[in-house]
Amino acid sequence: MLSKRIIPCLDVRDGRTTKGIKFKDNIDIGDPVEMGRFYYEEGADEIVFYDITASSDRRPIMLDVVRRVAETIFIPFSVGGGIRTLEDMRDVLLAGAEKVSVNSAAVLDPDIIRQGAQAFGSQCVVLGMDVKKVPVSAKIPSGYEMVINGGRTRMGIDALWWAKEAERLGAGEICLNSIDADGTRDGYELQLTRLISTSVGIPVIASGGAGKPEDLLDVLSIANADAALIASMVHYGTHTIAGIKKFLDENGVKVRKTW
Amino acid sequence: MIAILDYRAGNLTSVQRALQFLNFPCRITCSQEEIRNADRIIFPGVGAAGKSMDDLRELGLDAMLREAIQSGVPILGICVGLQVLFDYSEENDTPCLGILPGKVRLFPRDMKDAKNERLKIPHMGWNRVVFSRRHPVFENVKPESEFYFVHSYYPEAADEADVLGRTEYGIYFSSAVARENLAAVQFHPEKSGPPGLQILKNFCRWNGRSPS
Repeated sequence: MLSKRIIPCLDVRDGRTTKGIKFKDNIDIGDPVEMGRFYYEEGADEIVFYDITASSDRRPIMLDVVRRVAETIFIPFSVGGGIRTLEDMRDVLLAGAEKVSVNSAAVLDPDIIRQGAQAFGSQCVVLGMDVKKVPVSAKIPSGYEMVINGGRTRMGIDALWWAKEAERLGAGEICLNSIDADGTRDGYELQLTRLISTSVGIPVIASGGAGKPEDLLDVLSIANADAALIASMVHYGTHTIAGIKKFLDENGVKVRKTW
Repeated sequence: MIAILDYRAGNLTSVQRALQFLNFPCRITCSQEEIRNADRIIFPGVGAAGKSMDDLRELGLDAMLREAIQSGVPILGICVGLQVLFDYSEENDTPCLGILPGKVRLFPRDMKDAKNERLKIPHMGWNRVVFSRRHPVFENVKPESEFYFVHSYYPEAADEADVLGRTEYGIYFSSAVARENLAAVQFHPEKSGPPGLQILKNFCRWNGRSPS
């Protein structure tokens, strides 16, 4: 039986993480390579690096991070943020990432999904979705709309339609982020996650809102997510991956316990 | 020197990086001479069976692999590198190498889990391998270890004697197989954390003899 995956997400700007991990001795470490290694040893099932580097000429720093991460961690990791072209995807995969996540660029030009899947295989192509709850309308029948620019720009595209369309174009996985829940630490958007996860045949990673182990239990069981993204709840040392997994295991969620 | 067979399949560098981390010298190559002189061969693979078989034939590596199997040099197949060892794959309706009897089939679309939720395809993530017998390549691996899988087609060995371990995902499939100097896994040991690295290390020290 397949385990549900627990995936820490690291935000990287100009080669440094924007929030360091507070280790037990309360020292902040901002090196994404060391943090990746730390979570690998802690039992993360996968790691996501999100590149929020503002300018594209700083991009080589990120590729260097990817290369150094690939030399020291032997679990899958993906890179997202600012991926616009097939060349961007190729650079990240050649540097050693397993998967590459496309988000805004795919909403603006869906063909990037098809091109990526054809060139590198569907298993490499993760569709990142930023979604906002809106009133149900003829244009947005699911009541969930695609947004970009951190939620500032509404796209007039129905999220459920877009998830199915991305699957059809060849996306191998969806990372589903609720803009409403993101940063609240009040729990994942369960209704949205369940809606998308039961409507597509590819795995769905839930993102946005994790604050406590109970939130992961809800999203992985009630909402049927295949994986859960976590950030601040582990970065600040409030919770550990091992602790979260122990809680999930005790509550009947299949997780990987030995590494 | 360990030869990592280059037949334009993806994911070659991750195998190389794992071996470098373990301090085993290796080389990604499609040169017949280098492969012939290698101490052992890793046959990796990500991608479709059809294209993989086309590329193997075009590079003459299908014949090369058969020769290597005869020579007794230890060989490790990974993912599609396991699948094309069988007679046939439903993916692209592909006749494969026929080194091991059996077929590779598409996971059924209507599989459900214990909670009656639909099982996603690809089978992507961490799963166990239940080993039915011992083999030097899988020594010092805890039985509860999990390995990283990503595939939409699954191997079904016809000869029970070739099966070392099975994995459950809706159905049971042969996730680890071995015969003589050949061992192969459906999962990615190079992406399966410490137990995966242990398997690679075991392979790099294996003399190619299977226990009878």
